[in-house]
Amino acid sequence: MNMTAQKKANASAELEHLIADHGMTREEYDVLLRVLGRDPSLAELGVAAAMWSEHCSYKSTRVWLKQLPTKAPHVICGPGENAGVIDIGEGLAAIFKIESHNHPSYIEPYQGAATGVGGILRDVFTMGARPIANLNALRFGDPKHPKTKSIVAGVVAGIGGYGNCVGIPTVGGETNFHASYNGNCLVNAMTVGIADKNKIFYSKAAGVGNPVVYVGSKTGRDGIKGATMASGEFNADAESKRPTVQVGDPFTEKLLIEACLELMATDAIISIQDMGAAGLTSSAVEMASKGNLGIELDLDKVPLRALGMSAYEIMLSESQERMLIVLKPGREVEAGNIFRKWELDFAVIGKLTASGHLVGKRHGKTEIDIPVGPLVDQSPLYNRPWEPTAQLETLPANAYPLPAGMTILDALQKLMASPDLCSRRWIWEQYDSLVGADTAQGPGGDAAVVRIHNTQRALAMVVDCSPRYCAADPIMGGKQAVVETWRNLTAVGARPLAITDNMNFGNPEKPRIMGQFVGAVQGMREACLALDYPVVSGNCSLYNETNGNPIMPAPVIGGVGILQDVTKAMTISFKAEGETIFVFGDTLGHIGQSLYLRELHGREEGAPPPVNLAAEKRLGDFIRNLIDDRAITSCHDVSDGGLVVALAEMALAGDKGCHLKADDGLGASYWFGEDQGRYVVTTNQPEKLEKLAKTAGISYAIIGHVAGKALAMSGSRPLDLTQLRTLHESWLPAYMSD
Amino acid sequence: MLAAVINFPGSNREQDAIMALERAMGRKPQVIWHGDSALPKTDLIVLPGGFSYGDYLRTGAMAAHSPIMREVVDRAKKGVRVLGICNGFQILCETQLLPGILLRNSKLKFVCRRVKLRVENAESDFTRLYKQGQEIDVIVAHGDGNYFASDDTLNHLEDNRQIAFRYCDNPNGAARDIAGIFNNGRTVLGLMPHLEDAVEPMHGSTDGAALFDSIVRALQ
Repeated sequence: MNMTAQKKANASAELEHLIADHGMTREEYDVLLRVLGRDPSLAELGVAAAMWSEHCSYKSTRVWLKQLPTKAPHVICGPGENAGVIDIGEGLAAIFKIESHNHPSYIEPYQGAATGVGGILRDVFTMGARPIANLNALRFGDPKHPKTKSIVAGVVAGIGGYGNCVGIPTVGGETNFHASYNGNCLVNAMTVGIADKNKIFYSKAAGVGNPVVYVGSKTGRDGIKGATMASGEFNADAESKRPTVQVGDPFTEKLLIEACLELMATDAIISIQDMGAAGLTSSAVEMASKGNLGIELDLDKVPLRALGMSAYEIMLSESQERMLIVLKPGREVEAGNIFRKWELDFAVIGKLTASGHLVGKRHGKTEIDIPVGPLVDQSPLYNRPWEPTAQLETLPANAYPLPAGMTILDALQKLMASPDLCSRRWIWEQYDSLVGADTAQGPGGDAAVVRIHNTQRALAMVVDCSPRYCAADPIMGGKQAVVETWRNLTAVGARPLAITDNMNFGNPEKPRIMGQFVGAVQGMREACLALDYPVVSGNCSLYNETNGNPIMPAPVIGGVGILQDVTKAMTISFKAEGETIFVFGDTLGHIGQSLYLRELHGREEGAPPPVNLAAEKRLGDFIRNLIDDRAITSCHDVSDGGLVVALAEMALAGDKGCHLKADDGLGASYWFGEDQGRYVVTTNQPEKLEKLAKTAGISYAIIGHVAGKALAMSGSRPLDLTQLRTLHESWLPAYMSD
Repeated sequence: MLAAVINFPGSNREQDAIMALERAMGRKPQVIWHGDSALPKTDLIVLPGGFSYGDYLRTGAMAAHSPIMREVVDRAKKGVRVLGICNGFQILCETQLLPGILLRNSKLKFVCRRVKLRVENAESDFTRLYKQGQEIDVIVAHGDGNYFASDDTLNHLEDNRQIAFRYCDNPNGAARDIAGIFNNGRTVLGLMPHLEDAVEPMHGSTDGAALFDSIVRALQ
């Protein structure tokens, strides 16, 4: 080999290394060469790699996500913007989205979770909404795993630390524990906001020559992508060891919300976009691409918090609490004054151009010059191979009777004190759920209810997913997740309007995992169509695997609904002695994938409970009418743990017991089966309810009445509520050594 | 009667205070930006809850040095009524309008919870519509509500009947279960619980309303 060939070979090896470090394939790099017509600069490579990353491009999932229904007369803006927008009447819109911060939360639980909250808040107020509520869906590893406890502590403190300081109430959420999350916790955060329906802000840039403005915090080296950052070749100094997790500053976020909303009240803004994943890169590309324009950035003007930052670092920093705004010409002074009042950075860093190129200059040198159209159009799109998940058999109802010597109420005690069913009070008491004075129903119910400020109407909101169902049957699991949110909104009396989804899966390059994704989308699609309940925003988090062990798939659904009269919002608590307890829907004893099976028999097996969409719709509409007519006094959907767990939760919430009738001979599967499409309801008008149910053709059973201070049923010694409460409330604080 | 709510950067319960005042007064209070050094004529000044300046120093310490606070202290010394809630209580302690200080909660975690308070002194403009010893249902939401003062100060507060409210079930480790205190003349009240979040049926308790009704009635 002569010297030139050797040099070439070295250069080629270096290049391959560089491409791989950016998480790109050689084929993707070749596309970039064609887009540019030349070799990229390092900064250009970084920009393209970020834009074409799974996180930003949805390259493995786009083909499937397209199948989700996104339209309805009340949808103002579906997926593709910062958040989804729906019409909630009286001139108002609800804007909401859910987003994951899984990987950062595992590396650094407090900051990972905190910045997850910050990021989703920005997605919502970027569009002109004042955030009114936060929710979160958390999944942690086996409680016995040595890392679990510290991750729980950090994540919960991070969510609280950010949300409490910003002053947006955290009103609901869900938490599960499972060994499949040992190496990958899931932290999904959702924000709901309210805006004037005619004052929604979008990211589409317009007007050649208009100023591009940077506001918020300064840009530092935090959050530059791990994959790129770790490479010694670009950055061999000690700075490169700085954590790849961003650091949140909720105080600045609070100021940024107020400043942006103040500016939005003027008519100075043409478009606005938060700097989220891939920072300035994605916000600039997004704005330019949607407006079919070019954008020229003078990176010397970007407010920096570290010395000597390169174009590459500035473009890819994920420093938090920053926004990019296109202003109308001549409005810079007015806008600048608002941000100065709130003591935030404000800098005109560029302008829109007719070139169609993203141009970035640093120290007078053009470091980036990429045609935006081709960069976006040529974004990779994969139809990855997938295989369907094998169907599991439905277990017979009598497959797993109670363990010897146990009564139903003994088993109930064990379940109510188990990690997945015990009280989450230890978590939600660390969240300010009441700031704003508009929270009608916070954590602990079927769905949260937040009054629309200065009105008597309210939004209901909830997050749900049952990963164990999704792992067993992704289609049914996807369907069930959508339906459960719909049912929970219904149970508080709300009319469900739309959802946001957070698709948490393993490595999509494995056909088995891709098959889970495909199945979940199919199930979600069926449910959305049947319930007229479209998807308006969402987020995918893939590659949730450690050492080749994937998580149980979790297509987490966030649902939003509307209540016309907040005083009718229904709660789960038993209200008065003597009231009749109904269960609506069919109890068939579906024991497969139930928590009873897992906690009492140590088995995770069988098909998950089937979902009958037509029956769900009919029953849900019936229940909602009962609530609207004030015909019932409490309502709770039956989910994890089955019928008797639902009853126990209602009893604890109201501090009132109940006398229950016999179990139709189904035994454990009657009380603990997780048949879908059921609600427990109490009423002081039982005859009226029976009549209404018969007329509507809804199946029901009267299973007892509210009585005393204990759960009582034949064949079991009564279970005192004080004892049950102690069991239910103790597990989590004891686990967290509190 | 005129009322003013001071808004600091990072205040976040000003809306709650405004709504509770409006309910009691029948009209909105004025909202004053912290950067203003002039305070309009007012009979009541409210320092709302939140995280002024992010509470990145000691809670309330930065806000206590805000331009508007010099004016608040002057007015308070002239007898204008001042109500500090949560972060507002912390600020009042930092300005020394009230004695003592609020430390981190004893369990070192933020706590948002329904609590019972006992009204320790119903003989003040802030508490007159309560009964002495009445137990009320309200909420707390704070990370630094652990009231601390020297034994001498605490004894003096007791002897001088400056303790306004005590927790029935102490959520934060506060000395002698103190939830709220008056200044010597009972013209300044600082308290940790959010009585402004318990003023209408939707809140699950209306026990906080009497505080706002009391002060409004006293100043009308």
